[in-house]
Amino acid sequence: MKIAIPAEIHRGEKRVATSPEVIGKLIAAGFEVIVESGAGAGANVNDDVFVEMGAEIAGDTESAWAAGELILKVRPPEFNNELGRHEIELMAEGAHLISFIWPGQNEELLQQLAARKATVLAMDSIPRISRAQKLDALSSMANIAGYRAVIEASHHFGRFFSGQITAAGKVDPAKVLVIGAGVAGLAAIGTAKSLGAIVRAFDTRPEVKEQIQSMDAEFLELEFEEDGTGQGGYAKTMSKEFIAAEMELFARQACEVDVIITTALIPGKPAPKLITRGMVETMRDGSVIVDLAAEQGGNCEATVPGKVVHRHGVNIVGYTDLPSRLAAQSSQLYGTNVYNLIMEMCPQKDGKITIDMEDEVIRGATVVNRGEITWPPPPIAVGAERKPSFGGQAISPEQGEKQEAPVAAAAKPGAVANFLKSVWFPLIVGGLALFGLGQVAPPSFMAHFTVFILSCFIGYMVIWNVSPSLHTPLMSVTNAISSIIILGALTQISSNSVLIYILAGIAVFITCINIVGGFSVTQRMLQMFKG
Amino acid sequence: MSSSLITVAYLASAVLFILALGGLSTNDTARRGNLFGMIGMVIAVVVTIAAFVTRHFEWLIAIMIGGGIIGFVLSRRVQMTQMPELVAILHSLVGLAAVLIGIASFLDATIQYTGVEKSIHEIEIYIGVGIGAMTFTGSIIAYGKLSGFIGGQPMLLPARHWLNLALLVAVIVIGVKFVGAADHQQATLLLLAMTLLALLFGIHMVAAIGGADMPVVISMLNSYSGWAAAATGFMLSNDLLIVTGALVGSSGAILSYIMCRAMNRHFISVIAGGFGTSGGTSSGPAIEGEVQTIDIPAMAQLLNNAKDVMIVPGYGMATAQAQHAVAEISRSLIKKGIKVRFGIHPVAGRMPGHMNVLLAEAKVAYDIVFEMDEINKDFPNVDVSIVVGANDTVNPLAQEDAASPIAGMPVLEVWKGHTTVVLKRGMAAGYAGVDNPLFVKENTRMLFGDARESLEALSQAL
Repeated sequence: MKIAIPAEIHRGEKRVATSPEVIGKLIAAGFEVIVESGAGAGANVNDDVFVEMGAEIAGDTESAWAAGELILKVRPPEFNNELGRHEIELMAEGAHLISFIWPGQNEELLQQLAARKATVLAMDSIPRISRAQKLDALSSMANIAGYRAVIEASHHFGRFFSGQITAAGKVDPAKVLVIGAGVAGLAAIGTAKSLGAIVRAFDTRPEVKEQIQSMDAEFLELEFEEDGTGQGGYAKTMSKEFIAAEMELFARQACEVDVIITTALIPGKPAPKLITRGMVETMRDGSVIVDLAAEQGGNCEATVPGKVVHRHGVNIVGYTDLPSRLAAQSSQLYGTNVYNLIMEMCPQKDGKITIDMEDEVIRGATVVNRGEITWPPPPIAVGAERKPSFGGQAISPEQGEKQEAPVAAAAKPGAVANFLKSVWFPLIVGGLALFGLGQVAPPSFMAHFTVFILSCFIGYMVIWNVSPSLHTPLMSVTNAISSIIILGALTQISSNSVLIYILAGIAVFITCINIVGGFSVTQRMLQMFKG
Repeated sequence: MSSSLITVAYLASAVLFILALGGLSTNDTARRGNLFGMIGMVIAVVVTIAAFVTRHFEWLIAIMIGGGIIGFVLSRRVQMTQMPELVAILHSLVGLAAVLIGIASFLDATIQYTGVEKSIHEIEIYIGVGIGAMTFTGSIIAYGKLSGFIGGQPMLLPARHWLNLALLVAVIVIGVKFVGAADHQQATLLLLAMTLLALLFGIHMVAAIGGADMPVVISMLNSYSGWAAAATGFMLSNDLLIVTGALVGSSGAILSYIMCRAMNRHFISVIAGGFGTSGGTSSGPAIEGEVQTIDIPAMAQLLNNAKDVMIVPGYGMATAQAQHAVAEISRSLIKKGIKVRFGIHPVAGRMPGHMNVLLAEAKVAYDIVFEMDEINKDFPNVDVSIVVGANDTVNPLAQEDAASPIAGMPVLEVWKGHTTVVLKRGMAAGYAGVDNPLFVKENTRMLFGDARESLEALSQAL
């Protein structure tokens, strides 16, 4: 199968839907790859590098599109002003396309693709389940956006992020507030933290508290109980009261922090307005707001999508193309996500793909299948997102018993079994056995028996105190002292019977091996534990 | 020598033995404890020779020195990775000695009892010889399995449980006849017949147990060698033997219990042998997913960027003799200011405490070596976990799949860490025959190849 990677034509788009490593891997999996000349320029990859990995180079846009049975793109197909034709028209009839599509917003595009009898997999529609994590381009891009957001903030912020004490005076660390701790938010927290800032974060989903704290950031809490977890691990719209409490928190924070990075999005809805003009006014001059939700209208009222604006002394960054501003990195991760998706459809690595609509990942991603619109997919119910359900199954022995007990009690005949399990049963049996023994055994035996039982208890007490790291020396030393059995042989060795003499002699010989060997190897081991 | 004096000497020995075991509770007192054990042994042996040996002195001394030299050489030559083998072979010697002493005691015409005392004495001999014989062959088979002379797979004869039962019944029937036998010669034959059966039983029992259950088997044989000594003590009316035998017996029993608990299995099911076979074909669901590999430079970089590293060794570290390379890596990481800890599963290796000994040999400070229960909760904070030749002890199926043969076994939760690197020779399933979904987890990277070579290369790269 021939894979074509055309250049991106969206204004300012620097990414490309592949990377040289991915091309190598695709070719190894039996595909042919053709790349439009200059496609990698924005991501600093020369045509030569693609050729080196085994790709062909298509001289012009049309031939690249026409050659591909499977086309890889980043942005959805759009009208090519230079050629005066829509990219969909450049596609061969019945070809496959993997790209971001945003089918929810691009109804018309789906129609056009369907008319072209295309099969389209939308990278943005891949279900967010554990198995599909390696295909999740949204997370990859969000990660990059989060990182870049901090870098942009730092760029527009006139001071250090880290606190320093210098000969020229003390510098306070910057305070960064991150709103929304999804992938982008967490990436922003991590980056800001590693630059040395004091980081606070807020999210409506209480389950992310731990993740935020694990990154050493402070989790801001509302005195308000409401779970904001919606379907697919995204947030949902919150109640009015909650939003009021939340806004009050942001207003207080706005007076304190130097940088606000907002990443709050609710799927299928315009971004919630969280930072009002009033809050922007209260921020110190020179502060920065980076609005990662700018494309969906922005979390800040003053955001202008795609631009950096200066309002009330605050720089508000509304770039909508942050991943593209880190094009080499984005292309590498996106390319790998796409490769992983292709491999899901090509398990044999034979250069052919099959669209298996039974597979929930492929089903979710496929928005057009051979000219038929298959979006939206049936919902996948995912409860505890990305957390394998342990619970209930990891039962410690004690718990296991506790769970069994009521069952036994519930059933009437179980009473006997219950008794057999109880502590009284062995005690009673043991007592009876001792009584029986006392009836028949001579006193001399009973004296030894007493010693034996007491020694067992001493052994029990002593051994539980042994440090687990010394269990091997314990075994070798018990081995050595169990050779005390040599005493038996020594009492026999002076016997008049030659046979007994020989047997005892052998016993002495082997127990001596054991005594010396056991003690000596124990000593050797313990020497090593000296530390 | 007066009998009171002998008793006092034996009492001193018994106390010293208890102190020897008690000393092992901490690293600091352990060496002193071992010294106590030696002193106790010397006192007991010297007093016994002085009190009971009347002739053949020169032969006795020669035999003892000969045996001692062999033991000493063995103990100096043995590699730390071979400790389980050494312990197994030494157990077999205790078992053999119990058999020889028991038979000799039975043949000794100077000991005369009558009535109940005679019966009890004979039962004591019978039990002592039986346990001794079982320990002897069982330990030899265990040694064979550990050193690779015999395959590690459980040998499962058809109807093996019935075979065991038949052997047990036969031993009891012969025992009844033995005690009731009027004719000494007939009784001797019966005793020898039972010895033979017990020898067979020992072989059959251990042969049916697989390689990774060895920690239980070794502890169990340790326990048996103690009970054999105790039975011999009853036979000879010697309290020191009884005390020591009981100490060793309960020590082995506790170790067996600890090992079984660490595998979430019942002692009986381990001894009955054939792991996973009783549950039918429940080998767990097939694992789907893709293995992601890593190479040495990438791993070195991963480690250099980490702040908190956990090393989880398993039996594979012992077979690859990789403990020195592991220690080297831990040292160079610590030098770079990276926090390094070791997480040890109780049944890692082939005998209790096996990993600790290997790490101690490689001079890993023991304050960074932790037991599973101490560190399992810390995994979410760990940046990189390095799994060296462990498999079942890090298998998430134990928690995730109730139908798995290893369900409920406590495991080291490495997958909760940030990244896990697994060093392994190939994709073979672990001893339990269960696939390990850890290998295909998103945050797991595999480094295939011989653990020692990989780690030495890694050490260079660091």
